[in-house]
Amino acid sequence: MWKFLHRLSSLKYYYEWSGKWVPWLLGLTAVLMLVGLYWGLLVAPADYQQGESYRIIYVHVPSAWMSMFVYVVMAGAGFIAIVWRTKLSEIVVSECAVIGAMFTALALVTGMLWGKPTWGTYWQWDARMTSELILLFLYFGIIAVHSVIEEPRTAARVASILAIIGIINIPIIHYSVTWWSSLHQPNMQLISKTPSVHPSMLYPLLVMATAFQFYFVSLLLIRMRNAILYRERLTIWVKSSLTRD
Amino acid sequence: MLDVFLTVIRRDLLLAYRRRADLMNPILLYVIVATLFPLGISPDAEFLGKLAPGLVWVTTLLAALISMESIFRQDFEDGSIEQLFLNSHPFSVLILGKVVAHWLITAGPMLLIVPLMAMLLHMPVQAVPVLWITILLGTPILSLVGAIGAALTAGFRGGGVLLGLLVLPLYVPVLIFASSAVSAAADGLAVSGQLAMLGAGLILALLLAPLAISASLKISMG
Repeated sequence: MWKFLHRLSSLKYYYEWSGKWVPWLLGLTAVLMLVGLYWGLLVAPADYQQGESYRIIYVHVPSAWMSMFVYVVMAGAGFIAIVWRTKLSEIVVSECAVIGAMFTALALVTGMLWGKPTWGTYWQWDARMTSELILLFLYFGIIAVHSVIEEPRTAARVASILAIIGIINIPIIHYSVTWWSSLHQPNMQLISKTPSVHPSMLYPLLVMATAFQFYFVSLLLIRMRNAILYRERLTIWVKSSLTRD
Repeated sequence: MLDVFLTVIRRDLLLAYRRRADLMNPILLYVIVATLFPLGISPDAEFLGKLAPGLVWVTTLLAALISMESIFRQDFEDGSIEQLFLNSHPFSVLILGKVVAHWLITAGPMLLIVPLMAMLLHMPVQAVPVLWITILLGTPILSLVGAIGAALTAGFRGGGVLLGLLVLPLYVPVLIFASSAVSAAADGLAVSGQLAMLGAGLILALLLAPLAISASLKISMG
């Protein structure tokens, strides 16, 4: 395991290793996404209060989960980048920021579209929407670091520090905003004796959540491969591996 | 260690004193922005009084942000930061000294002027002492967190705007607790909860921020 991790921290080795995995991951993502969407949009019953409009949760909830999960991954990679200074984890930080911002924006947009028929308004300053919006700003800040600081390694280290600060701050922001006001429905109790979501709606949601996880991993691997090619564009191995293909 | 800490503070205060005119500028900006609100919204006393806690605190946030940009800039350019880093004392303690000095220079005048601003915006009188306490507890957090951002962006072109992007989202909890304490005081409600949260935030920031600031400065120095 340690040997594998050490080898993985070499960009060249990572590039070759991930090349084998990406097609499988993408295939699995596609299958899961199709199953989840079919199940959620066509098979699962309509909600007795919200009718058909609730079906957006099959995109909204997984993307909201991912928006936070990606941040945790980014902060973890940031910690590794600061402590061990591995190039690969620096690339993870940079790429996670973009993917995380995408999931956050997706969660916000689908939430707004859902809010219109259920609450009668696109935007409410309720706790979770607000903290999601602030999360988006945090992601934007980290992306902006990469555009302002040109040297990629320095930019990645600055972004790593920010990600770590963010991980301490996000709970504080979240609870302060929650304390400030709330209109959003309470968290779903997924794993308990009396789940608040009926299994017929819950299972497709879990499938979609898994699909989003695989989507994130494949997207991350692909983006990292591109970043590596760009960073190492002057090295011999990149030239030879590109000409070989 | 306390000696060096105090020496850093004394040095920065002396430097600021030698350039007294610069000290006034952020405060002037603070007052001018506060004057814009009645002009832009409405001079109606009751209406303004309701908005006043939020207005004063948003203005404070922006004033704190603007003042943060200069905290390390000069020392960064003339190499003083590197000297602080190279000597044998803990870097984070010395940096904390710089932040304390910067806070005294920027928040000190703010604390003097803020009751006047509250009057200008027709804030209810019973809320003014609470406003003063929130400024006292809240601005050190703004300085400590802002200094992390300033340290990260010190060495880079275009760092000023980036600083705002990075730091303002982190200021949100301070804004929420401080302005809600002032609003609650204006309505005659208890404020101890909000003040306790601000105090807890200050302790947390005092403990963690110096480490983050010194790590950030090390990155910026390369």
